[in-house]
Amino acid sequence: MHGDAQETDVSRRGFLKFAAMVGAAGGGGLLFGFSVPARSQGEGRRSVIGGDGVETPQPGVFAPNAFIQIARSGQVTLIMPKVEMGQGVYTSIPMLLAEELEVPLERITLVHAPPDGKLFNDPLLGEQLTGASTSIRYAWEPMRKAGASARTLLVTAAARRWKVDPSTCIAQAGRVTHPPSRRSIGYGELVDDAAKLPPPQDVRLKAPKDFRLIGTRVKRLDSPEKVDGTAMFGLDVRLPGMVYAAIATCPVFGGTLASVDDTHARKMPGVQQVVRFDNGVAVIGAHTWAAKRGLQALVIRWNEGPDAKVSTETIVADLVKASRRSGAVARREGDVDKAFAKARTRIDAVFQQPFLAHATMEPVNCTVHVRPDGCEVWTGTQVPGRVVDAAARVTGLPPGKITVHNYLLGGGFGRRLEIDMVTQAVKIARQLRVPVKVVWTREEDIQHDMYRPYYYDRISAGLDDSGKPLAWQHRIVGSSIMARYAPAAMMPNGVDPDAVAVAAELPYDLPNQLVDYVRQEPRDVPTAFWRGVGPTRGAFVVESFIDMLAQAAKVDPVAYRRDLLRKSPRALYVLNEAVRASGWKPGVSQGNGRGSGVSVMHAFDSFFAMVVDVTVQNGEVRVNRVTCVVDCGMAVNPDTIEAQMQGGIIFGLTAALYSQITIRAGRVEQSNFNDYRMLRINETPEIDVHIVKSSEAPGGIGEPGTSALQPALANAIHAATGRRLHTLPVGDQLKART
Amino acid sequence: MVRLDINGRQHTIDAPPDMPLLWAIRDLVGLTGTKFGCGIAQCGACTVHLDGVAVRACVMPVSAVGERKITTIEGVSATPAGQRVQAAWRALDVVQCGYCQSGQVMSAAALIASNPKPSDADIDAAMAGNICRCGTYNRIRAAVRQAAKEA
Repeated sequence: MHGDAQETDVSRRGFLKFAAMVGAAGGGGLLFGFSVPARSQGEGRRSVIGGDGVETPQPGVFAPNAFIQIARSGQVTLIMPKVEMGQGVYTSIPMLLAEELEVPLERITLVHAPPDGKLFNDPLLGEQLTGASTSIRYAWEPMRKAGASARTLLVTAAARRWKVDPSTCIAQAGRVTHPPSRRSIGYGELVDDAAKLPPPQDVRLKAPKDFRLIGTRVKRLDSPEKVDGTAMFGLDVRLPGMVYAAIATCPVFGGTLASVDDTHARKMPGVQQVVRFDNGVAVIGAHTWAAKRGLQALVIRWNEGPDAKVSTETIVADLVKASRRSGAVARREGDVDKAFAKARTRIDAVFQQPFLAHATMEPVNCTVHVRPDGCEVWTGTQVPGRVVDAAARVTGLPPGKITVHNYLLGGGFGRRLEIDMVTQAVKIARQLRVPVKVVWTREEDIQHDMYRPYYYDRISAGLDDSGKPLAWQHRIVGSSIMARYAPAAMMPNGVDPDAVAVAAELPYDLPNQLVDYVRQEPRDVPTAFWRGVGPTRGAFVVESFIDMLAQAAKVDPVAYRRDLLRKSPRALYVLNEAVRASGWKPGVSQGNGRGSGVSVMHAFDSFFAMVVDVTVQNGEVRVNRVTCVVDCGMAVNPDTIEAQMQGGIIFGLTAALYSQITIRAGRVEQSNFNDYRMLRINETPEIDVHIVKSSEAPGGIGEPGTSALQPALANAIHAATGRRLHTLPVGDQLKART
Repeated sequence: MVRLDINGRQHTIDAPPDMPLLWAIRDLVGLTGTKFGCGIAQCGACTVHLDGVAVRACVMPVSAVGERKITTIEGVSATPAGQRVQAAWRALDVVQCGYCQSGQVMSAAALIASNPKPSDADIDAAMAGNICRCGTYNRIRAAVRQAAKEA
């Protein structure tokens, strides 16, 4: 496959759009000339993760920039600005560094970067944050430049020692060699000399044809420790004197703690203390079980507050009402009113998508020790800087007195972009003298998540005589996560750029379009980013609707899309590849219980096409196969891309088939995996991933699998049953009427 | 006091009889490879072996363990099936976030030990109790097949 020579300015616009979308673009560029304190390496530790970046400095370490330290032993430490939550960056980012530094990958050990906005902000996001599928897009240039810069210094140091021209030296496998004189020296022996040299002004990066690591299927560096149980997640922290907290928070959003009778709980063995905070209570125990038993023995009264009257129905009623207001314009092309007047056919639809929980396999947890002179936090977070701020706010300590120890994340998906659990744990810990580990039960995790918002979309199109969309109007109604999370990223007119993602930048040629956004918050139900963010929301609506238009035009959905994608060569290319790879046949029969559906998406600076093949029997959907074609520009580690696409697809399938959080009397009705169902191995389809060979800059791959899957599934169900899904999840919708 | 045989070592712990084995292993013995995921035997993150049989430690009171020998993820590499499963997991790069993988490996090792040549249906049945939120199921299936092939 090829995708070269398909240069469009789509990527660049996507990038700029994205930078605007997820946060004020920061200063950008690599920060050379900074050094971070070196850290001691646990001898003989075989984990790729050597520490958490807050250990004491060591002499004799060459630290040419914020990301690299090279010891006299030749060991390279990479200070990781991104966190590992499964997406593979603890392998792919070291690959970028090793490629240019010319060291074997196994010589690199990682340290979680400490919170330091100056050194480790992601300019795409304006913050030291792992999310929005930006890690490789962010690291692609700076990490290779960091490696090349260090390599240049090491070569210069060797050349000076030998009194030869640096251009006659070669760096390879952690050594500098001078072939004419057959001399060779290891990097470790050069660190003291290299540390005295000024940073090079200009470094040359390798041409892609010379890559030896980038583009190859490199094995994950964190695989061994995740297979033998030694990997450390936040939940696994153990500290001297540490106690355990079990918590109960007000089941009604916005409610508070009224009173607690802890007479019985205090008498229970292992129970040490009962601690109150604004909207909940914690029982402190010598171990988790004592704390949990103590919690069960409490008699708690809540001030439920006004939200006790809130339900999914009242929230949806608010959204419906809001959908009649005109919104802030996200995109306007041509004249939609005139175009509707000229159109031969008008199609209108409403799509609704539910609240969703993140349900990371590692339940929410946070360990905190508050002392009079400082506060330490042990947790797995996507936002170490926000953790510092949260702890500083609660304790009143200056940020410099807060230490964050970051860990592997047992799933992120947006949940660990939030710091509600940190704030809560610090409120508990400040009432104790010892470190306390707060672990939420799965029930707390599901019922006190911050949810993917419920969205309500109205969408209309006017078709011309040939069935093509002459007019296109799309109104998105729902919570604005960005207004709370990163207000600076909001458009001046009130558009939440995340909420309109995909919808406002379709790859289709639509001459007259109007996309607007109406913000409507779901009372006190907290909302947050969720895997795929805006594109998951947007792709389901527009790709379902495009299928409806194709049906109205009596055209095969692939042919219909092809006709509208003439100006988007990369999107057209992935579609054509997906059609070829899946064996798509035009005019797939409908109503016989089996059918295929397609979707195309441009998001996260990458292009996707999916074909989903389903069988529907007695209202039960069986997904037989998913074919996915991805053009994410240059593929750094194809093995990771394949894994991320498979995982993203399964995440999307889970949500589309089963997931919804519903509210009754201000409470979440679901509580655990028995009623917030996850896709299991026996329900998992074959997933074929095809990666387009491309020379474009890398795009994101962590989230889009989730986003592109859902409409392809809905379109397949339509092909199989004739039923158009306007509301997710599928749930029992097909059972009643099949 | 409760006596437990974990990975061939004897531990005497001060645990109430109704304490789930999971918390005894994690909080009192200090082996953290066995994970907490749901507390109601729905997700399999806490899977350990009792005399080689996979059980969910989150719902197994310590008083019910009796004389049975406990194997956790930290000890499973001492068994031939555990070794093969871990090797296959590494060879196929199954893991993503990794949190559920201790439980996945334990379920797979128990399967291979009791059924060295499992069919795809056997694999699905044995592994269906283990949730992976990252969606590594396709590779889990392939890795169990590979581990079985090398039996």
